[in-house]
Amino acid sequence: MPGFDFSNYNRNAALHARGVPLPKATSTGTTIVGCIYDNGVVIAADTRATSGPIVADKNCEKLHYISPKIWCAGAGTAADTEFTTALISSNVELHSLSTGRDPRVITCMTMLKQHLFRYQGHIGAYLVVAGADPTGVSLFTVHAHGSTDKLPYVTMGSGSLAAMSVFETMWRPNLDREGAVALCSEAIKAGIFNDLGSGSNVDVCVISKDKPTELLRNYMRPNERGHKERNYRFPKGTTAWLNQKIISKEDMKNYVTIENLSGSDELATGEKMEVDS
Amino acid sequence: MTSLMGHPSGQTVGYSFSQPTAAPVKEHSFYPYTDNGGSTLGITGSDFAILAGDTRSTSGYSINSRMVPKVFKIGGDDETGKGAHILLSVVGFAADGNALKERLDAVVKMYKYQHGKSMSVTACAQRLSTILYGKRFFPYYVHVILAGLDEEGKGALYSYDPVGSYEREECRAAGAASSLIMPFLDNQVKFKNQYVPGSGEGHALQPKKAEPLPRETVEQLVRDAFTSAVERHIEVGDNLQMMIITRDGIEEIFHPLKKD
Repeated sequence: MPGFDFSNYNRNAALHARGVPLPKATSTGTTIVGCIYDNGVVIAADTRATSGPIVADKNCEKLHYISPKIWCAGAGTAADTEFTTALISSNVELHSLSTGRDPRVITCMTMLKQHLFRYQGHIGAYLVVAGADPTGVSLFTVHAHGSTDKLPYVTMGSGSLAAMSVFETMWRPNLDREGAVALCSEAIKAGIFNDLGSGSNVDVCVISKDKPTELLRNYMRPNERGHKERNYRFPKGTTAWLNQKIISKEDMKNYVTIENLSGSDELATGEKMEVDS
Repeated sequence: MTSLMGHPSGQTVGYSFSQPTAAPVKEHSFYPYTDNGGSTLGITGSDFAILAGDTRSTSGYSINSRMVPKVFKIGGDDETGKGAHILLSVVGFAADGNALKERLDAVVKMYKYQHGKSMSVTACAQRLSTILYGKRFFPYYVHVILAGLDEEGKGALYSYDPVGSYEREECRAAGAASSLIMPFLDNQVKFKNQYVPGSGEGHALQPKKAEPLPRETVEQLVRDAFTSAVERHIEVGDNLQMMIITRDGIEEIFHPLKKD
């Protein structure tokens, strides 16, 4: 059975009533932004993922692919942004194949909001949807409960106030590509430095009407790690052990299958996809 | 719509059939504590003690300030702390930390005026415990570390829980990133889980003996502990403040940390 499995719902409710806490999801306490320019749209994100006050991932990707010219920036529960965008990406592809047209941003946004509304906010995905399609360039925000906005510049996540303060002071109409990229990365940096939920690097994605999409991974790295002053390599034999067993390469064959590959044509080829004749 | 208007105030029209007969009991509460994040650590040597802390002050996901020191000189002659011979670090609820620091500073000064000699670190450690336990049922919400030199001139370090339980130790980490730093200190200062290579088989293997580290090594360990804690804890950052107490006095060093 595909989809969500609710068979543990009653058990979990009973456990919760007896004081067992709910499991904590990794939240991308995040800064994500988007901004339209004269010939396209730019979205950007920080790269910190947190679990409570602990940094779970210092360089995660919050810019998700939907279709070649539609991309999504995600804040909220990491798994929800990941799976929701992947699901909608698949459905957008199928929709485009069945209609024989390029996918539209508004179609993608509508699919996202209808999916999220059905789950009444329990899917914690907060998204910035951006892209270029035959109708022009568009930029939307989608909240976990299903509400949407269409604006020339948007921010979301815990760093949205810091980022919006940059947009509200520096944004002007008819920006060019460079201006939009600079403005978006400046807004993300405001989130990185002033919001504890955001940090590390700036990722940028530029989608334009007439050029292929550019994903600028780690466009800025304003937080390089300070070098360590001491060497923490332990001398061999530092760890205690009670017994040891040496397995020779010959004996290894009893436990695993060893295959020697030669020549580049056979090397690490995946399973062939089934294609209709 | 008109039927909804001019309704008696305080009562709202709902969609539910059962109307509440009496106003529901509303519980009000006031929580007087906040967590201001940050982390501190202390290490002793044979003739010195180091207390260090980051200078970030937070509440929730916001930064209150990037420069609020957590390490203080206690019992100095003036507001610069000149002439002090005891160090105190406080982490947790900043307002309580400040109040506690001021109170201990006053106590140590009064001791000097009344007895004509400065308070020993041992005496100050016991007095601090008494102060903390005095507020057993409305505690100072802080983890404090006290440092100085003992009667023999060796580095002395005392760590406390919020209600005054204390212990003399060689090293201690406190605050937000204490669970990240303390295991590092156990391994690198007390050489826990380290054995002398080739010193025996099985249970006969000899553990690596801990001995006081030189000042340069300790300073490197402190800086490495903090640059690493900054990487993995969101409430630690901005600047590192280090105070080193030796027989020649107290030295204060600031060192920049990451600001994200």
